[in-house]
Amino acid sequence: MKQRTKKRPAKRFAPKQVNSARALAELQRAMWTLISRPLTAANRMPRRWKDGRPTAELAAQIAKPNDRLTSFERLEIYSRMYWFRVLDSLYEDCPGLRAVLGQPRFMKLIEAYLVKYPSRSFTLRNLPSRLARFIREEPSWTQPYTALCYDLACFEWARIEVFDSAALPVFTLNDLLAADPAKLKLNLQPYLQLLQLDYPVDEFILAVKQRDELSRSDSSNTALTKTARKPISRKVARPNPEPTHVAVHRMDSTIYFKRLDPAAHRILRAIQRGKTLAQALAAGLSGTKKSGEDLAGKIQDWFRTWMELGWFCQR
Amino acid sequence: MPANRFNGFTDYGVGIGLRIPHYDHILTKKPTVDWFEVISENYLVDGGRPLAVLDKILEQYRVVQHGVSLYFGSPGKPDRSQLRRLKNLVKRTNTPWLSDHLCWGSVDGSYSHDLLPMPYTFAAAKHTADKIKYVRDFLEIPLCVENVSSYTAYHVSEMSEWEFLSEVVERADCGILLDVNNIYVSSKNHSFNPYDYLNQIPHQRVAQMHIAGHTKFEKYLLDTHDHAPIDPVWKMYAHATKLCGVTATLLEWDDKIPSFDEVHDEALKSKQYIAEARAAQVTEGRARPLGAPRV
Repeated sequence: MKQRTKKRPAKRFAPKQVNSARALAELQRAMWTLISRPLTAANRMPRRWKDGRPTAELAAQIAKPNDRLTSFERLEIYSRMYWFRVLDSLYEDCPGLRAVLGQPRFMKLIEAYLVKYPSRSFTLRNLPSRLARFIREEPSWTQPYTALCYDLACFEWARIEVFDSAALPVFTLNDLLAADPAKLKLNLQPYLQLLQLDYPVDEFILAVKQRDELSRSDSSNTALTKTARKPISRKVARPNPEPTHVAVHRMDSTIYFKRLDPAAHRILRAIQRGKTLAQALAAGLSGTKKSGEDLAGKIQDWFRTWMELGWFCQR
Repeated sequence: MPANRFNGFTDYGVGIGLRIPHYDHILTKKPTVDWFEVISENYLVDGGRPLAVLDKILEQYRVVQHGVSLYFGSPGKPDRSQLRRLKNLVKRTNTPWLSDHLCWGSVDGSYSHDLLPMPYTFAAAKHTADKIKYVRDFLEIPLCVENVSSYTAYHVSEMSEWEFLSEVVERADCGILLDVNNIYVSSKNHSFNPYDYLNQIPHQRVAQMHIAGHTKFEKYLLDTHDHAPIDPVWKMYAHATKLCGVTATLLEWDDKIPSFDEVHDEALKSKQYIAEARAAQVTEGRARPLGAPRV
C-alpha cells in the first residue's frame, strides 16, 4: 500500500497580513533581506534567491505590481538606491583604498564588507568604522596589499573622527601652576588620533588628493575647450613599507597630519591612556637607546609644539 | 495654518535647506532669508566644522531641524543615545518644531539609510504613532511627520496613503510636514489623484510644506531634488495653501545644487502662490480665516 505524503507548504517569505507590530517587523525584515542582497554586475537585483527560487516569487509576496512595473521591479528600485547610496558614501570616504586596489576591486571589497557588516548606525558617517577590522578578518579581498589597505582604512577612519569629534578648552601654562609635578596628568583633545603604521600612508593620501585635484582641473578644461581628450592615467605609486608614527589633528576646522618621532608617539599614547606625565616620559624613553639628557631638548621642543597646536586640553 | 501648536505658533515664511556648497556665500554675503532648514543628522556630532558653521548661521538666522533617521515606522524602540544627541541639538538651534519622515528604514539594528514606505495598516499606524509620541515626549518639542514619495505598494495595505497619514497624526496628535512634490511623485507611481490626497488630510495639522523637483523615468518618477519644482507641483502647492493656510514653506534642492541665489529665487516663487491664495480668500469674501479647516 502506498503511503500518501502530504507536501507541507513552503514557509512564506513575507506575512500575508500586518495586524500586529510583530507582523510589521516580519514584513520589514523580508523586504530588507531582499533589497540588501548585493546587485549583479549589471546593477540589477539577482533573478534567483539563495535557495534557487525565483526572486520574483518572493518579491510578489511583498509588493503589488502595477500597470508598468512588476513586484520585482518595484523592489529593485529600492535595492539599487540602497546599494548606490552606501557604496557612494564609502567611495567618497576611502580615496586611498580606491587608489591602491583600483575601482573594480575596491567596489568588491566594500560590497563584501557591507554584507558582513551592514550599517549599525543612524548616520552614514559611521559606515567605515569597521572596515579596517574586516580587511584584517578577510584578507583575500585585498591581497597582496592587505597590510597597506589595513593602514589606509585606519587612517581614513581617523580623518573622519578628527573632522567632527569634540574639542575641549585648551590647557594653558596657567593650568600648570597649581599642579603637583609628581602627579601631573595631562589630557589630549578628544579629536586627536595617534596612529602607528607600517606604511607612510599620510604621504600617499596627500599624493592621491593632489592627483584627484589635478584630474578635476583637467576635466574643467575639457568642458571649456570642448576638445576630446584621452583619459590621462596618473597612478600614484603604492608606498613601500616604512614604520610611520603620525598624529591626525585639526586646526580651524581643517585636518592636518603630523609625523611623530617614535618616542614622541609613545609619550602621547601614554598620556592618552591616562598615565602621569612622569610615567609618560618614562614610556617615551623606554624604547630608545638615547639617554634622557640627549632627549631632553627634543622633548621640550615636542611639548612646546603640542601646546601651540592645542593638543592638551582641560577635563 | 500660519501658526499652530504643531509649529510652535510661528509664522516663518519661505526658507531653503542649508547645504554645504552655500556655506561660504551665506557666511560672507549674509543674504536675507526667512529661515534655514538643517538636516539634524549632519550636526549630531561633538565638534568640528559642522557645528562651527551651524553656530555662525544661528547668530544670523532662524533654523528649523529636519531629520532623516528617526524611522518612526521601524520595529523596536528609538535609539536613546541618538535621541539624547538630538535633544542637545534642539537646545542649540532653538528650533520651534522638529520634523522627520513617516517611513521605516532599519530592522534588527541594520540601517538602510533610506526612507522606506510603510504598509498602510491599522497595526502599523498604531505602532508608528506610539513611537512618534515617545520621541516627542523625550524631545519635549512639537513634532511633524512628512509624507514620503514611494515606488512600491504592499499587498497588506488596508487603506490609502492619505488615510494612513491621517490615522497616524490623529493617533499621535502630531503635525504634518506636507511634501507636495512627494504627493505628486507618488500619485504618478500609484495612479491616484493627488488632489484627493490634498483634500482629505487634516489641514489644521499642517505645520510646514516642502516643495522640490523630481526626475521622470520611463516607468516611474523618482524624488531626486535635483532641479526646480515643475508647474503641476506649484499648482498643487497653491491648492494646498488655500486649504491649509499660508504655511512655513521650504524648497529642497539636494543634488546638482545651483548657486545660492538661484535656489533662493526659486523658493521665493512660492510667495506668488501665497499672494494668490490670500487674494482668492478676499475675493470669495469668506468669514473663514485662511487655513481654518472646512466644516
